[in-house]
Amino acid sequence: MTTPTKPVSRREFLRASSIVGGGLLLASYIDLADASSAFAQTPLASAPEFAPNAFIRMTPDGIVTIVAKNPEIGQGVKTMLPMLIADELDVDWKTVRIEQAKLDDRYEEQWAGGSTATPINYTPMRRVGAAARAMLVAAAAQTWGVSESECTTVGGAVRHTPSGRELRYTQLLDKAATITPPALDKVTLKDPKDFRVIGTRVPGVDNQAIVTGKPLYGIDVTVPGMLYATYVKCPVFAGKVASANVDAVKREPGIRSAFVVDGGTELTGLLGGVAIVGESWWATQQARKKLQVTWHEGATAGQSTARFAEQAHAMSQQAPQKMLRADGDVDRALKSATKVLTSAYYYPFLPHATLEPMNTTASYKDGKLEIWSPTQTPKDGREEVAKTLGIPESDITVHITRSGGGFGRRLMNDYMIEAAWISKQVGAPVKLLWTREDDIQHDFYRPAGWHFFSAGLDKSGKPVAFRNHFVTFGEKGDKGDHAVRAADINQLEFPGRFVPNFALGTSLIMPFGIPTGWLRAPGSNGIAFAMQSFIDELAVLAGKDPLQFRLDLLDSVQPGATFNTERADFNAERMRGVLQLVAEKSDWVQRSKTLPKGTGLGVAFYFSHRGYFAEVVQATVSKEGRVAVDKVWVAGDVGAQVINPSNAENQVQGSVIDGISEALGQEITFENGRVVQTNFNTVPLVRMRQAPPTIEVHWRTTDYPVTGIGEPALPPAPPALCNAIHAAIGKRIRSLPISKHDLRWS
Amino acid sequence: MSVTFSVNGKSVTADVPDDMPLLWVLRDVLDLKGTKFGCGGGYCGACTVHINGVTARSCQRPVSRVAGAEVTTIEGLSADGTHPLQVAWQDVDVPQCGYCQAGQIMSAAALLKRTPKPSDEDIDTAMSGNLCRCATYLRIRQAIHTAAGQIATQAGQAKSGSQE
Repeated sequence: MTTPTKPVSRREFLRASSIVGGGLLLASYIDLADASSAFAQTPLASAPEFAPNAFIRMTPDGIVTIVAKNPEIGQGVKTMLPMLIADELDVDWKTVRIEQAKLDDRYEEQWAGGSTATPINYTPMRRVGAAARAMLVAAAAQTWGVSESECTTVGGAVRHTPSGRELRYTQLLDKAATITPPALDKVTLKDPKDFRVIGTRVPGVDNQAIVTGKPLYGIDVTVPGMLYATYVKCPVFAGKVASANVDAVKREPGIRSAFVVDGGTELTGLLGGVAIVGESWWATQQARKKLQVTWHEGATAGQSTARFAEQAHAMSQQAPQKMLRADGDVDRALKSATKVLTSAYYYPFLPHATLEPMNTTASYKDGKLEIWSPTQTPKDGREEVAKTLGIPESDITVHITRSGGGFGRRLMNDYMIEAAWISKQVGAPVKLLWTREDDIQHDFYRPAGWHFFSAGLDKSGKPVAFRNHFVTFGEKGDKGDHAVRAADINQLEFPGRFVPNFALGTSLIMPFGIPTGWLRAPGSNGIAFAMQSFIDELAVLAGKDPLQFRLDLLDSVQPGATFNTERADFNAERMRGVLQLVAEKSDWVQRSKTLPKGTGLGVAFYFSHRGYFAEVVQATVSKEGRVAVDKVWVAGDVGAQVINPSNAENQVQGSVIDGISEALGQEITFENGRVVQTNFNTVPLVRMRQAPPTIEVHWRTTDYPVTGIGEPALPPAPPALCNAIHAAIGKRIRSLPISKHDLRWS
Repeated sequence: MSVTFSVNGKSVTADVPDDMPLLWVLRDVLDLKGTKFGCGGGYCGACTVHINGVTARSCQRPVSRVAGAEVTTIEGLSADGTHPLQVAWQDVDVPQCGYCQAGQIMSAAALLKRTPKPSDEDIDTAMSGNLCRCATYLRIRQAIHTAAGQIATQAGQAKSGSQE
């Protein structure tokens, strides 16, 4: 089968059949793989063309070029957004070529994060396509001298319905270019039943380039005269260089420059370190081995994971510093409850570990800067680079490359700032590339968290009291102390509003000083584990089926509870829907009765990023304590439409395994303010042999707005797995990773 | 020093330090960007190539040790991108970010040479050295089976053709 995008001019990459002498011979300028589309501004065919807006160009050869505006990080957006345009434009997907946009203010929102591309763009992108279609229809109607209302479109042509006459779009380009574009909010959109691209399985538009090894990613960028850079930072965050043997490092083979960067104190900005610039990246790595630095480590050099845990447990003995929600009287309800349960949950810091390490190529010349970067937030990056280098944003061009994974890491642009700074210092184009160790030890970590729960059940086993004291990390702000990035919790968190006596309070560990950030399904990826595991404990305490217990809880909306239907707020009916669907698909009732000891079913649900997901995991624990995930069933509700079912299933399956991977073995720990882990030997990602053989994905289509799928399938996976382990062998996992627990049984 | 070896059927001579890993010679000297850097420690498999037909971690292989060898990278797996694995990867729509996939395909290609009809267990064993951070493992398994079936069909057709 062929991919929907036609391969652009093939290049002979191996031109080096006789590389002789001269050490490293850099190739001449290399366009990235679909460079004739990705970075060139010239049309793919000669004029006349019809370019009704910044997203669409149509040429007489029948090619429709559609601009993909957002960064592609593996979430499928480079395929999905153009699908929306193509469907409303009513063109055959096979005629579509995709062009990755540069950072360009005409496109307004250009970023990847929060599963927002779909909710932000679903209607606007369709309007972009529909507006162009309306202009082509108007051009045909004028040509025929008929009313536009008598015309329709069919796969790249306008048809005059009464007469059956047709004009291909390619015959209408000249005339369409003279039509005044309609207001985007006035265009007529298709009835979803007429979709021809949306809702179909469209393979990723870069697939062919990927499987043939074409340069696509930030790390693949090459520009003329480019040097390579390594940047060595203090292992304690924001530490500064006291002294460094840069003169000795400069004398190493292939090294052009080595210098100290003072850096600032803002963890997301340029931090202090030593830059080593050379003729090859390998040379800079060899020179790095000779580098000797004395650091001013600063205030956070005393931080450790063990110390954080001590602080958290001490705080759990006190009242929360701040109450986020207090319904009813939890103390009294606990006293009068038939059964009471108290449990403490913990999840660790986590890295992002995108497979493509952080990198950026920057070229500073005559006060202007050109950047090629795998970033999720190019606009933020440009702003921070401008501020740090003291040049206007208008003098910075940012090319958005494909990213080898994002997961939230590339929402931060520290590496982009470093590359820009180094290029300006050496006055040459520079490709900065981090090692894996740099990546693991200088991440923005998913913050660890502690949940100290108490809950009470009445005689019938119904929860009547629920208390959560959430201990997290804080910092000082303009409006007082607050949780650090990605460490907060929402007062609307379930089961708030579903239990009559409910209290949620927080306490902050301070001072902190370690960089934290958003990891795929931020907040939710830890909170779901704690909440859905503790709810499972309550079900067991009540002597009820854990899935039925959850359905009953979803039915118990408290009198007077308010739900904001205008914004993303929890909808119990939608959650019931996916929970019932996953129960049916997994044959929960029958299956859970028939499994042998050592094998168990676990369930969990979670609402995040506007999406509703319920998941059932079947897991087997061997007598030696090894955990195997046998199968996973997923039910999801992301509204009225799954735009690209192939990608959506891939995202959900990947999210589930990602969650399992985090739960099974991952953690980042600190000693003396430093990250202990270094590489994939100490950050064990799930490998193929640990991946479940089957992950069924089922969709519940509802009438709600269409929302994203990059994140919301992840949070239920860790608790569903832990609940399955409990069902299998009776051991409750109250802290992650699972690998820290002895699960042997006999 | 200068090292001569073959890459994708062409003889190359690289004037580089002895201990420079093959990965960086491929990427930054020979300008073959398909082979990826993921960890530098031999853990992730993103840099997988074939050396004399056997999979190797190019980040762990000093270039001096490939003198005279035949190296195949993703760019040379097929002349026109139509190796059954490359086709199956697109049919099954395997990639998410795609960064690991060249290494995955090179490992899978070596597997299919040894074991033309691999079981799930064969696949798990052969492929567990290649990390996929996006966790496209289920589709990788599926694509390998698809490609294996494709190769078997082609072989069957070739055989019946030769008998006529």
